Amino acid sequence: MSDSVPILKIGSTLLVSIQVDLQDDTALQLQEDLAERITRTGARGVVIDISGLEIVDSFIGRMLASVAAISRVLDAQTVVVGMRPAVAITMVELGLSLGGVRTALDVERGLAMLAPAHESAESVLLAAAAERESR
Amino acid sequence: MTTAPSATATERLEVRADSDVVRVRQLVRTVAQQARLSLVDQTKLVTAASELARNTLVYGGGGEVEVELVADGRRSGVRAVFSDEGPGIADLDLALTDGWTSGNGLGLGLSGSRRLVEQFSIDTAPGAGTRVEIVTWSR
Repeated sequence: MSDSVPILKIGSTLLVSIQVDLQDDTALQLQEDLAERITRTGARGVVIDISGLEIVDSFIGRMLASVAAISRVLDAQTVVVGMRPAVAITMVELGLSLGGVRTALDVERGLAMLAPAHESAESVLLAAAAERESR
Repeated sequence: MTTAPSATATERLEVRADSDVVRVRQLVRTVAQQARLSLVDQTKLVTAASELARNTLVYGGGGEVEVELVADGRRSGVRAVFSDEGPGIADLDLALTDGWTSGNGLGLGLSGSRRLVEQFSIDTAPGAGTRVEIVTWSR
């Protein structure tokens, strides 16, 4: 077995940053862990940062598509962010289109994409600031 | 281009577990850098190697991969050979069709990896195992 991939919770969003060369069993474990965390926390969004991945082959591509489909069924949206240009070129040539998976260039844009679905990070910060002032 | 490529040391890895597939990717990446492939070509080659090593493991029941840096005088390149003693492939044309799978994969491993490399050859027969050779040259 290899190390599992950590899942962080920020507000109602789960953030996963894949920093290791994913082996197949780790990818499957991540898929299960995410489904479990979405139901347990009621998360509405999942951001998967793949900027650390040097390749996305058919197995990892299928894992990303499955996570998007599973989270959709569990009432959460998934955004895959940070794909390297060489990975994008290779994936398309391989024949993987990641249909049904939303993508953004980086974590910040990914979080912004999810923001309208629930509360935006900005509105949370504004509310917190207003609360401090009213004290 | 008929001169036989001169080869340097060949590295050999066994493929028996998921972690070995990762090891194959890392070895191919290292040799691709030595061959001075562009980043896109490195990525394509490593992705193809990942697909083929997984095939060796899943469909071939395990096997081995040989990776070597090759040169033909003008260019350098990477050759990788994936071999197993598994059941072999009965209908090669079908196996090379996008979307067709005998297992529960996406059916892109063989057909997709062929698109990602410069040279691709496969030698297989029912009961006789499978041997896939790929080569990508520097530009």
